[in-house]
Amino acid sequence: MTNEEHARIVERIREHPFFRGFDEEFVESACADAVERRFWAEEVLFREGSPSKNLFVILEGKVGLEVGSSDRPELTVQTVGPGEVIGWSWLVPPHRWRFDARALKPTLTIALDAENLRHTLSRRPEWGYQFMIRFLPVLAERLENTRIQLLDLHAR
Amino acid sequence: MPASAPAPTDSGHPLAPIPYAVRSTATETPDTTTLVIEPRGTRRISLSRPGQFAMLYAFGVGESPIGISRETPEGRLVHTIRRVGPVTKALTALTPGDTLGVRGPYGRGWPFKEARGQDIVIVAGGLGLPPLRPVIYEIFAHREAYGRVEIIFGARTPKDLVYYDEVQSWRRRTDIRIQVTVDAAGRDWYGDVGVVTTRLPDARFDPTRTTAFLCGPEIMMRLVSEAIQARGVDPHAIWISMERNMKCAIGLCGHCQFGPVFLCRDGPVFPFADLAPLLRVREV
Repeated sequence: MTNEEHARIVERIREHPFFRGFDEEFVESACADAVERRFWAEEVLFREGSPSKNLFVILEGKVGLEVGSSDRPELTVQTVGPGEVIGWSWLVPPHRWRFDARALKPTLTIALDAENLRHTLSRRPEWGYQFMIRFLPVLAERLENTRIQLLDLHAR
Repeated sequence: MPASAPAPTDSGHPLAPIPYAVRSTATETPDTTTLVIEPRGTRRISLSRPGQFAMLYAFGVGESPIGISRETPEGRLVHTIRRVGPVTKALTALTPGDTLGVRGPYGRGWPFKEARGQDIVIVAGGLGLPPLRPVIYEIFAHREAYGRVEIIFGARTPKDLVYYDEVQSWRRRTDIRIQVTVDAAGRDWYGDVGVVTTRLPDARFDPTRTTAFLCGPEIMMRLVSEAIQARGVDPHAIWISMERNMKCAIGLCGHCQFGPVFLCRDGPVFPFADLAPLLRVREV
């Protein structure tokens, strides 16, 4: 990757709502080995059970998070779009995805390298703390939404 | 709360229905049907205001309160009905030419006067859309009188979305924003998936000058109201439409009593601030 490409990724990550306000040095470090990845509509970002090697930062498009099993078709349980991030499986062992992700339309992401990110976060605990404070609401919101889904609002 | 006297129908007695004929029917979803009905003779119910409801009588079975989804100048009424019990089962089984009884219109409608000049947030869940449809058309008819307009429509699955084609036609307008979401979907759905509250962060409005109209399951209205309030909207500017089993619809029998209010007479539309404490009480 050229310096120019790296600088563009860093800039886009800085502007992303999830990373806005983070320490500049942290963003620079988190973006080491980051790459821009484009997905066509219907293209799979990752499959449940596969190694979770990236935190995907969505810049454009829409991604469906799916669950499924051998005896029933996949069910989309959530869509994620620009301004959001996908994936926490990279953060905790065994670092394997817990669901499928599929692009529902052409989607542009920045894939942050999970190994580098974990190393960055553990190297500077204050960064790790800041990151967790930022990441926890994402997890809490998804948990809350799952609870609401379980309530089955439209049940009669 | 304004209390209104029982409204007599044109038959002279507040509980006597007026005969209407089914003009056409349309299947919205596997369990939901839209009826277009018109007066059988010269008598008709008074002109309704958006948000009001009528009592529809399936002869020999019973009556059910159904929101008025549209009313034409010549007195045709549009009602969208989900089959959930014997009365609604009988109503949705009607075919063109069949007769049903109609009383109404009843209740307090949506507060357009208060909403003028404001940004508007409309959130409909499932069958909450039909009672809000007149609101949407009222806003379309006087678009310049309102600020930003955000519409969020949610349903359980794509096949539970009512008025799908009509909603798609609204989406072509550039002076409003519509988000449609479902709780879960198969691979043939390319729209948003997630409960309606997940779409609120994308809604753009000025919380200091916003009126919200919500209709849908109670729990949805409570959660959405709380989320809108968290954005800074005054709970008095958040309006919800309540639903309960009703019998008389004129504030006499008490079937629809909800704490200190009768939904038929004092509602069904209320400011969230008035009902918020009751919405957390079990089995009111």
